[in-house]
Amino acid sequence: MSTPLPPQAVPFGYSLQRNPLLSHWVGFPHGGQVEVRVGKVELGQGIVTALGQIAAEELDVAWSRVQVVPAATDRSPDEGLTAGSRSIMDSGSALRAVCAEVRRLLLSLASARSGAPVEGLEVHDGEVRDAAGTVQGSYWTLLRREQLDVPVTGEAAAKAPARHGIVGHSVRRRDLDRKLTGAPSFVHDLRLPGQLYGRVVRPPSPGACLLDVDDSAARALPSVCGVVRQGSFLGVVADREEEAIRATELLRAGARWQEQETLPVDPDWLDSLPGHPAEVSQVERREDPDAAARVVDVHRASYGRAYLAHGSLGPGAAVARWDGDDVSVWTHTQGIFPLRRALAAALDMDPDQFTVQHVEGAGCYGHNSADDVALDAVLLARAMPGRPVQVVWSREDEFAWEPFSPAMVAEVSAGIDEAGDLVTWEQHAWSNGHDSRPGFFGQPGLLGYWHAADVPAPAASDPSLAIGGGTGRNAVPPYVVADLDVQAHRLLVAPLRTSALRGLGATVNVFAIESAMDELAERAGADPVEYRMRHLPDERARTVLRTAAEQAGWYDRPTEDSVGWGVGYSRYKDVCGYCAVVARVEAVSEVRVTDLWVTVDAGQVINPDGLVNQIEGGAIQAASWSLLEEVTFDARTVTSRDWEGYPILRFADVPQVHVTVLPRPDDPPLGVGEVAGGPVAAALANGLADAIGVRVRRLPLTPERIAAVIEAG
Amino acid sequence: MSQGHDQTSRPEWTRPRAVPEPEAVFRLQVNGSSREVTCRRDTPMLYVLRNDLGLTGSRFGCGLAQCGACMVLLDGHPTPSCDLPVWAAEGHEVTTVEGLSDDPVMRTLQDAFIDRQAAQCGYCMSGILVSACALLHSDDEPPRHAIAEALDRNLCRCGSHGRVLAAVTDAARTMRAHGSGDEPTQDGDRPQHDDRPQGAARPLGSTP
Ligand code: FES
Ligand code: FES
Repeated sequence: MSTPLPPQAVPFGYSLQRNPLLSHWVGFPHGGQVEVRVGKVELGQGIVTALGQIAAEELDVAWSRVQVVPAATDRSPDEGLTAGSRSIMDSGSALRAVCAEVRRLLLSLASARSGAPVEGLEVHDGEVRDAAGTVQGSYWTLLRREQLDVPVTGEAAAKAPARHGIVGHSVRRRDLDRKLTGAPSFVHDLRLPGQLYGRVVRPPSPGACLLDVDDSAARALPSVCGVVRQGSFLGVVADREEEAIRATELLRAGARWQEQETLPVDPDWLDSLPGHPAEVSQVERREDPDAAARVVDVHRASYGRAYLAHGSLGPGAAVARWDGDDVSVWTHTQGIFPLRRALAAALDMDPDQFTVQHVEGAGCYGHNSADDVALDAVLLARAMPGRPVQVVWSREDEFAWEPFSPAMVAEVSAGIDEAGDLVTWEQHAWSNGHDSRPGFFGQPGLLGYWHAADVPAPAASDPSLAIGGGTGRNAVPPYVVADLDVQAHRLLVAPLRTSALRGLGATVNVFAIESAMDELAERAGADPVEYRMRHLPDERARTVLRTAAEQAGWYDRPTEDSVGWGVGYSRYKDVCGYCAVVARVEAVSEVRVTDLWVTVDAGQVINPDGLVNQIEGGAIQAASWSLLEEVTFDARTVTSRDWEGYPILRFADVPQVHVTVLPRPDDPPLGVGEVAGGPVAAALANGLADAIGVRVRRLPLTPERIAAVIEAG
Repeated sequence: MSQGHDQTSRPEWTRPRAVPEPEAVFRLQVNGSSREVTCRRDTPMLYVLRNDLGLTGSRFGCGLAQCGACMVLLDGHPTPSCDLPVWAAEGHEVTTVEGLSDDPVMRTLQDAFIDRQAAQCGYCMSGILVSACALLHSDDEPPRHAIAEALDRNLCRCGSHGRVLAAVTDAARTMRAHGSGDEPTQDGDRPQHDDRPQGAARPLGSTP
């Protein structure tokens, strides 16, 4: 963007720096509508509704007038990724500033026209009224389009929360009406004129190269329009979807691959992560030369978890069409602009040759196959000029090839004094990187690119510590500790491709910290909640923890056979929402969590019911990760390739989730999409330990793992 | 070197055959009307519905009869359409989520799901609604565990389970109330939706 930014009181974030003009964000088309353009995308989290509410509030228009335009690179502001629980903080604050300014502009135009002072005017559902209630024009009659082509100054005051009539209310999501009647809603449902169906034959294992392929049987299918091969990238396009699938099996049967055993098979490989080659970063260091002398005992333990899959219910899908040198892409990516950069890099083209349009997919929870399948569609569509080609991944490919959340270990040693209180804390987090998103890190970062070029995927990076880190995310305990040394070790060799899953490294770091806190409380003979309170300085954190305990009836919890209660707390990334969880766990033949009490401080809440929905979903997903989930593999390849190999919690097993949201209307809104993961994992492990007296420090908490701990005594 | 790998999770119908089945014409009863399609006999109904008949409400989730995203009613019984070859559907009534749009039970369910905002991404919801609709047709007072059991073949990755169970319970209550002529009782823990300010958009003039 070449428009210079004016001097400003508050520094603008990325969203406004990249898109400073009012017209980048809002427009007032005929018919009394308000068009809101945002670069954030709907991932099932209800963000589009929440952002529309903010715009309606600051503009003073009815919610029903607001249309949030689906994000596309040719019409939407570039807001990077929809990730990291930052949408309300980034996009929401940008929209608030922009819309407050547009409203102020409207008032000044009305004042100039009517001669009435601005102070005597107000906006009511888009119309300006004077003190006598006379209408003095509206957004649609007074504002000319070009008057919005000015940069936001940040000087217009946003409304005081006390005056909010839309923000803070549980407006219903409009998209759900479609989704609950089976109307076309997802990129999978696109049926463009002349559309063909493409499928890709993935290699049998991560280390495999395609030697040669006899494609005659596939080509002989009448429905098949073409077979595309480039290096180890092999795909087919057909005019019937099931024939494209059939053709992939014929291609697979005709393909010869060079395979290698590249995956670790040592049953203790997770324990051996520490010590592998790694890039080390100091997450935080606090030194107290007198601390060591006060330490009377040290708790040392290692906590960890296997690889996890995102496991979206709908696999990755995309549509692409080549028209001459221009490419249109319909995708459920988390970042239309980063994906455009990545596609251009992969094909050595100009980003401007691509128009990337967001269409919803199934819920995504992080970097999954969405971007990869877009490149697949582009590569196959290149062979079919002028025809849209839709690619949908198979369930098997989704589980085998999506980027996983890395296996991870966090080692804790905590020194305590005579009273059992914390004096020193050392934490080392070990995992592969948590971010290999396409369009960053100077390379395309797309599976089809690596396969076509026959180059291995590089090991994943981590987001910088300034934006929360990856391996080191939430590795610093929120508790008072005099001497603290926290380090993140990002492993440099990656057996399996890894990237971002909801929470990144926070899940395991919080699981480690909060498990260790329970173990320390036990040593100190203290109640787990009380022990945390002794060390928790942040008043908002204390309120969240106290409320969760009260809601759960923690202090009156009954003693029952094989039933345990556990607690977990964290503030996601140390800057997002605060979350405390109490779990009631039954451990008979397997571990069952019956109830989760989740208390959240999210600052100002835009849409209370939408927020509760996110928390409930995040809590159930985290319970599923912690109880059941684990990517399995042999020396050659991933073996958990369907829902039987990778089970998740089902209707009969889900806990009741009781969510409490603390009222904080006057504080800035805090992201909450990822707050529950770590606290839930910890609360379950702590509840299990309470139920059976056995401390399991590895997730998931399967009967096998529990038995192994009991056996090891 | 290898010639491929485990095919354990691949659906049977995709396995290469020496002589693929030829195409044929199939006469189907879908959503109350007769439809004809031309395809191979082992083509899963899911693709016939989504591509030949334009009924994309049944979704592809796994193609393995494991997730329920593609659930339809076959003569009233919930059946994964990804696992239903077109030849086996002939002579039976196939009903999709779209075909249930006038079914009073489905409408009650959909209203209850909207009231509860019982979805996040919604990808699983067609299949869940179809399963729930079949349940409420046979039982208008299912306890929570019976609802969970009826939805056992439906997966949801977003964690919308609690709201779904509550919404199905609400719908059953509404049905019973209507059946007995009573007003439906309100559940105290129902979220209060507040779409203020009310009123449909009206034209306010145009840009000068
Ligand atoms: S798509 Fe049919 S059960 Fe999953
Ligand atoms: S709402 Fe997303 S899978 Fe169920």
